[in-house]
Amino acid sequence: MNEKYLEIRNITKVFQTPEGGEVRALDDVSLDIASGEFFILLGPSGCGKTTLLRSIAGLEYPDSGEIVLQGERIDDKPPYERPVNTVFQSYALFPHMTVSANIAFGLEMEHVDKAEVTTRVTEALAQVRLEGYENRMPSQLSGGQQQRVALARALAKKPKVLLLDEPLSALDLKLRRGMQVELKRLQRETGITFVFVTHDQEEAMSMGDRIAVFSEGKIVQLDTPVEVYRRPVNAYVADFIGETNLIKGTVVAGGISLPGGNILPTDQLAEDSVIPSSGEVTVAIRPEDLVLATNGMISGTVRDVIFTGDSVRVHVAVGDVEVIASLASYGTQIPEQGSKVTLNPEHRAARTVAS
Amino acid sequence: MTAVATPPKKQAQRGRPGQSSPKLAYLTIIFLAFAIGIPLLIIVVYSFLEKPSQGTGVKWVFTLENYKALFIQEKLDGTTALDTRYLKVLWASFYYSVITTVVTLALSIPVAMWIATRDARKRNLLVALVTLPFWISILIRTYGMRQIIADEGPIGRFLDIFNIEFSILYSPPATILGLIYVFLPFMILPIYASAERFDFRLAEAAYDLGAKRMTVVRRIILPSIRPGVISGIALVFIPALGSFLQSDMLGGGKTNMVANIIANNFGQARNWPFGSALAVLLIVLTLLFVLIMQGAAKRRGDKVELV
Repeated sequence: MNEKYLEIRNITKVFQTPEGGEVRALDDVSLDIASGEFFILLGPSGCGKTTLLRSIAGLEYPDSGEIVLQGERIDDKPPYERPVNTVFQSYALFPHMTVSANIAFGLEMEHVDKAEVTTRVTEALAQVRLEGYENRMPSQLSGGQQQRVALARALAKKPKVLLLDEPLSALDLKLRRGMQVELKRLQRETGITFVFVTHDQEEAMSMGDRIAVFSEGKIVQLDTPVEVYRRPVNAYVADFIGETNLIKGTVVAGGISLPGGNILPTDQLAEDSVIPSSGEVTVAIRPEDLVLATNGMISGTVRDVIFTGDSVRVHVAVGDVEVIASLASYGTQIPEQGSKVTLNPEHRAARTVAS
Repeated sequence: MTAVATPPKKQAQRGRPGQSSPKLAYLTIIFLAFAIGIPLLIIVVYSFLEKPSQGTGVKWVFTLENYKALFIQEKLDGTTALDTRYLKVLWASFYYSVITTVVTLALSIPVAMWIATRDARKRNLLVALVTLPFWISILIRTYGMRQIIADEGPIGRFLDIFNIEFSILYSPPATILGLIYVFLPFMILPIYASAERFDFRLAEAAYDLGAKRMTVVRRIILPSIRPGVISGIALVFIPALGSFLQSDMLGGGKTNMVANIIANNFGQARNWPFGSALAVLLIVLTLLFVLIMQGAAKRRGDKVELV
């Protein structure tokens, strides 16, 4: 596996706003994507992830920096000369062409001969399980089916990198989950490198081999889903990826003093937590890492109890902050609203994070 | 007296909110029937009647002579020969209209696309500018054009500096120029309406799939704006075919279009039946053109209804 299959080197892109201001969509971004990787660009809207994707596609030209694919610079090439293809958020199917004409379009541009075009269109439709839809018009398809055609159209080109711009955001939850599994399978089967843009952290974690978390035009953290979830580099990542209780505290001898007079001993924190000798720190604890204990370290009053099916979420007022604990809905004594409870962080999963 | 049961009061049929009353539409339909239907009927009837020996009007005697006279000339010695005069005028009208349509189409597509890609505020301003000529009477505009393209006008004098002879007034090019000028907005506006709805992300997708600029225009943009192009062609070609003012004011007497001859027969020539026959022929040819265009559009699967 080539670790430096697609290299993004010091890309910067500045947009002018109509009001005369400047937005740094990408600020000196560098990253390497390996061949055959399912790579995720994750971040809230306006963080620069889509700009990076469009820069790779050639639909946007960065102000500075280089994009190198298999050792060859592609950032100065027009989109039609780059061996990469995009699945657009809006699908962008050509409305005046049938499904098969849509898929064949890209192949005709390469002057693939007619017989081969037919074979590859059939093959691409089979890959996305849309056999028999060749002669439909895009307007006759459901959103999910249009999505598959867009995917087939890009896959038929056998791109070196497939770029996906929030392709599932318009689908409902059930369809989205199904497509996530299918995309993962497609990527495995074709061996094509996928670069997938999303703002949905759950989607990112369920599909990605690695995730680059973006904020304001910069990569904040780049790691595997497990690492990003378990070891967020700062409060922003901890909060954006999954759900986290971020509690401000003060370093005291042997632990951290939390609101409400609670002390969290240092030996309960993750081993790699960086704890300064004094001053304020932020402690991050995932709701599922908190359990009810008879004589726990964090005491508070139950404010709300919410049953969600697979879990029970207990909102606990700890001093002047609210801490959420997610408990298994079976086999746990569910506390009542207004009762005093104590909580313990488990597995040494609580950690300090840079704010 | 037997008691007659009063019929139940008819419930007032209430339309759904937002649904317009058909009564208002009836009014327009009746007006149009009178304003278009009756004159049309009169023209058709007159075309089959004889010309009175003196004065204007018609003699109520059925004849097919008017139609015969469009194509056949009766010589003094009683022999007949094919008369190509009117066919030539029809051909000239057709030819001018085709050139006008092609030129306005070629000029309008880039303009319409350019306007459609501006931001909303600029778009509205530019559309207003395109419609600006409508604020001034066509007569005055054509008169203005006559001054500009006159041999001694600004263009002529400017070219005179370089010893280039400029003399197009009262010739077919002047007529065509006038037609292009007048009909340009009628081509730009429908194409713009289509282009404005065009999703430019489709063009990006085409680039991404390996298409170069011209391919994107030909295979993605043009098919998407085709309904606008077809409307534009109809809006320009049909009225251009029946144009009268440009050939009269700019073409001089030399470049008659069919409408000039129709007007002349109702005026100086005082031959209403023959003018009617010519008008009917023009209507039939126009209708034929519309049907052909609609057939072509239908075959391509476009949703365009002209008739």
